[in-house]
Amino acid sequence: MSLFNARSAWTIYKRELFRAFRTALQSIIAPVLTTTLYFVVFGAAIGGQMQGGMGGVNYGAFIVPGLLLLTLLGESTSNASFGIYMPRFTGAIYELLSAPVGVAETLVGFVGAAATKSLILATIILVTASFFVDYSIAHPVYAFGYILLVSASFSLFGFILGIWADSFEKLSVVPMLILMPLTFLGGTFYSIQVLPEPWRSVAMANPVVYLVNGLRWTFYGSSDVSIGLSLGLTLLFLAICVALISWIFRTGWRLRA
Amino acid sequence: MQSILEISGLTKTYAGGFTALRGVDLSIRKGEIFALLGPNGAGKTTLIGAVCGLVRPTSGTIHAFGEDMATHWRSLRARIGLVPQELATDMFEPVLRSVGHSRGLFGLPPDPAKIEEILRALSLWDKRNDQIRMLSGGMKRRVLIAKALAHDPELLFLDEPTAGVDVELRRDMWRQIALLRERGTTVILTTHYIEEAEEMADRVGVINKGEILMVDEKQAMMERLGRTEALITLTQPLGDVPDSLSAFPVSLDKDGTVLCYRGGGGDGDSAGTSEVAELTKALTRAGIDYSAIDIHESSLEDIFVDLLDGGAA
Repeated sequence: MSLFNARSAWTIYKRELFRAFRTALQSIIAPVLTTTLYFVVFGAAIGGQMQGGMGGVNYGAFIVPGLLLLTLLGESTSNASFGIYMPRFTGAIYELLSAPVGVAETLVGFVGAAATKSLILATIILVTASFFVDYSIAHPVYAFGYILLVSASFSLFGFILGIWADSFEKLSVVPMLILMPLTFLGGTFYSIQVLPEPWRSVAMANPVVYLVNGLRWTFYGSSDVSIGLSLGLTLLFLAICVALISWIFRTGWRLRA
Repeated sequence: MQSILEISGLTKTYAGGFTALRGVDLSIRKGEIFALLGPNGAGKTTLIGAVCGLVRPTSGTIHAFGEDMATHWRSLRARIGLVPQELATDMFEPVLRSVGHSRGLFGLPPDPAKIEEILRALSLWDKRNDQIRMLSGGMKRRVLIAKALAHDPELLFLDEPTAGVDVELRRDMWRQIALLRERGTTVILTTHYIEEAEEMADRVGVINKGEILMVDEKQAMMERLGRTEALITLTQPLGDVPDSLSAFPVSLDKDGTVLCYRGGGGDGDSAGTSEVAELTKALTRAGIDYSAIDIHESSLEDIFVDLLDGGAA
């Protein structure tokens, strides 16, 4: 028998997407509405009053990549974590564990589905944003690649979170208490350059700064940090997540008693 | 007889230090219904979990279809099905899709005719478009059976298939399991209902505190360990068992009005009853009159209780 069963992976993927569309109100409509409100308030209303713009572009356009990233991080993480946590919680995971399915099928299925949902969200958000602010994308191919990379990385991260969590509280603590503050302070709404020292240096320790600026570079061709550094760190994060997950499957940590 | 599952020296100690299995050896024959009988906490679910990949054994080996599960888990798991004890599945999925997903998860191409056949056999076809949460408890359990059958397993585990199910549904479940055997599926079921093992199983394994106390043909077990009990109602109470009857395993009960015979164990099923016949002749010779004889064979339940008591002693 082969080392990868595409049909098993496809089944998990399909099932997860069914689940997403079943809960479309929560998993698609809600984040789109939230992001739209940001565009309306910060982009159209406040941004319109800011004459100088920020980072060389008008303020409404400036926040598009940051807000997109805010949603991508949160939704990728929570979608993937719920996807694996729920069957663990209800016991339905028995079926996955007893199936001839390994780490590869599981990852392609769960993480692929979570990343797909994030891509759908990103598309809807970008289309919605165009109604409220004027923005352009300097490097569309890079932008797509970077969105894909971030979605996949944080879906992997969410998957780990969903295996680590042993309560609903832990499940929501990481996105709410760690990811969200880091994203808000990571240059979503402002350029790191406008911060006074020492806060500018402190901000550079925030990993989300590199994500936001990576995506911002694909939009406007300039950002606070170099695209190479952003890309490198994102890939490193992806690699760490993959390594952790292979360890989880090898040892059965929190999956097999 | 061809063996389909060989477990040897299987031990499981959980991270918390609790040892659920202590060196279990078990061999399951192809095509049989095997009942793993034991009280709650005996290690039944852990044993099933170890075979199906839910539990990592601490030591020991498991061979299915002649191959080692530890190395050939991928190809072997595809041939094994599991119906868990808990009603755990995505309750919002419609029945048909859920069962179809189960087949896909095991790497098989869709086969609507096969799924329809399974759902019809389990009387679920009319409910195929209903969300599982809408179904009754008995139907939910049948959905889990349908999911486990969707990849056509040769070996099926049923963990407490009738736990919390009413009498009528339990009989229905037994019929379904009998049908599985007719189709050639080997069935291993766990139960703490002795009646269930007695009704269904070809062979019975008794497990307690992580150890297999005994494995045998159900019939042989009942004959070997079974006892004949005869209650002879006397017309005149006796103070003591008369010397003429001292050769028989008898005692007096109910103020000497009932003579109890317990014996016949170990020599097959007819030994007890023929000895009771001898006893009645001896009573007549001794001039002891009696008005009634109530004679019965002990059930698997008596055997089970004896075994567990023996294990505790």
